[in-house]
Amino acid sequence: MLIGHQTWRFDKKPVIIQTGTVGGPFEAKGKIPNAFDLLHDDIWLKQDSFEKAQQMMMEEACQIAIKKSDISIGQVKFFISGDLINQITPTTFAAKTMDLPYFGLFSACATSTESLALAAAIINGDGADYILSGTSSHNAAAERQFRYPTEYGGQKPPTAQWTVTGAGCALVAKEGNGPVVTAATIGKVVDMGLTDPFNMGGAMAPAAVDTIETHLKERDVNASFYDLIITGDLGHIGRKVSLDLLRERGIDISDEQYVDCGLTIYREDQPILAGASGPACSAIGMYGHFLRLMEQGEVNRMLVVATGSLHSPMSMQQKDTIPCIAHAVAIESGSDPS
Amino acid sequence: MADKKKKNLPPVAQEYQVFQQQRETKRTLFKNCIKAFLVGGFICFIGQIISTLYMYFFNFTEMTVGNPTVATLIFITMLLTGFGVYDRIGQFAGAGSAVPVTGFGNAVIASAIEHRTEGFILGVGSNMLKLAGPVIVYGVFAAFVIALIKTILTSWGGL
Repeated sequence: MLIGHQTWRFDKKPVIIQTGTVGGPFEAKGKIPNAFDLLHDDIWLKQDSFEKAQQMMMEEACQIAIKKSDISIGQVKFFISGDLINQITPTTFAAKTMDLPYFGLFSACATSTESLALAAAIINGDGADYILSGTSSHNAAAERQFRYPTEYGGQKPPTAQWTVTGAGCALVAKEGNGPVVTAATIGKVVDMGLTDPFNMGGAMAPAAVDTIETHLKERDVNASFYDLIITGDLGHIGRKVSLDLLRERGIDISDEQYVDCGLTIYREDQPILAGASGPACSAIGMYGHFLRLMEQGEVNRMLVVATGSLHSPMSMQQKDTIPCIAHAVAIESGSDPS
Repeated sequence: MADKKKKNLPPVAQEYQVFQQQRETKRTLFKNCIKAFLVGGFICFIGQIISTLYMYFFNFTEMTVGNPTVATLIFITMLLTGFGVYDRIGQFAGAGSAVPVTGFGNAVIASAIEHRTEGFILGVGSNMLKLAGPVIVYGVFAAFVIALIKTILTSWGGL
C-alpha cells in the first residue's frame, strides 16, 4: 500500500458512494449553488451560537449523505472529521449526536483531504466497510476566533480570504458505485517564515507545491495523468505563486488543469478579496462540485490537494511563523478501466 | 526588526518570501489614504453639525458641548454596528472610520455583541474592552506622563 515515503496506493479502491454538502446564505449567492444539497438562509441556523450552527451543518451533511445512500447510520463504522474551532468542539458534538466511533482531526483547511485519505486507508486495510469523513467551517465562528469580532470595522487587505460557511462529507465504502479513491499523499509541515495571517494563500502555496511534487514523483506519473489538480483554498495569490513554483520545478501544468476551490465557490463580485478559505471550502468544492463533474463524465481523474495553515491566534501573537500543510487525494471515476 | 527576523530564516525561505511578494496583490495605499481622509472628515463633519445644533437649541457652550456630541456619535455607531453596517464602512474607509471616536465605540460594541454567547459576566463583561482596552491603558499612561512633565516644568522649570 505504501509507495515511496509518504504516498499510499489503495489497491482495493474504496468508493465514495454518497456525499452531503450544506451551505449558508452567502454561498447560496455564489457561483455554484447547485453544489449544495441544502442551503440555509440564515447564518445562525436558529441556534444561539455560531459554533452550534456549525455543528448543526456538520450533522446535516452527514445525515444527507446517509439518506441519499441505501445504508443506515448504524452500518457506519467510523466518523473521521475536524474543524477550525478551539479543540474542534463543533465536530465533537456532531459526533456525539451521531453516536459513532470518532477520529477527531486538526489540519485546519486540509482536514477534508486528511479525513478522506485516512478513511480510504482504513477501508483499504479492511478496518471498516463504511466510514463518514468530512469537515465544516463557519465564517463568523472563524472570524471571531482567528481575527476580530464579526461586527468590528477593521479593514482587511486584498490578500485576505473569506471563510466558507458550510459542511461537506463523504460516505466512503468498501464496495459500491461511485468515484474511487486510488491514492493519497500525506504532506509534511512546510514553513517559509511568513507571518501575515491575512495572506494565507501565499503562506500555504509552498506546502501545496511540496505535496504535489512528492505525489507525482512517488506515484510515478506526470501532471497530465490528472484531468484536474484541485487545490483547497489558495485563492488568487496562492494559486499564482504555486503555479509559478511548480513550473519552475519543471512540472508542466496547464492553466485550465490547475483549479482552486477557493476561486470556485463565490462569484468575483462578492466581497471575498483573494478568495474563499476554510475547511468547508475544499470539502464543498470537492464533494459538491468536482465530484459532480466526474459523475457527468467531464472529469476522469483528479488530484485534490487541500492546504491548511496550522497557526493559532496565540502563536500569531507570540510572533511565530505560519506552519502550513497540504494533503493530496487522488480520485478517479469508478468506470475508469485503469 | 523585520530585517533582523528575516536573517534568521533559511535561504530557501528568504528566496520564497521575495518570490511570493512579487505575486502578492498590492495594498492600494494612496487610494486608501484618500478614502480614509474623506470618510474620517465626513464623520467629523457630522460631529460638527451635532455640536452646532446642540449649542443652538440647548444651553451648551463650546466648552461643554464635547461630551454630548461624543455620546451621540457613539450612540449612532452602536446602531450601525448592531445592524451590521459599520464593518462595511470600515472595510471601505480603513483608518477613516477607525481613528475617530466612532471607531473606538465600534471596537467596544462589536466585542460586546460577539461575546454575548458566553454570558453577561464572563462574556460581555470580560471581553468588552478586549480590543479597546489598550487605548485606555496607554491613553491613561500617556496622560500621566504628560501631567508629570507639566508638573515638573511648572514647579521647578519656572514656566
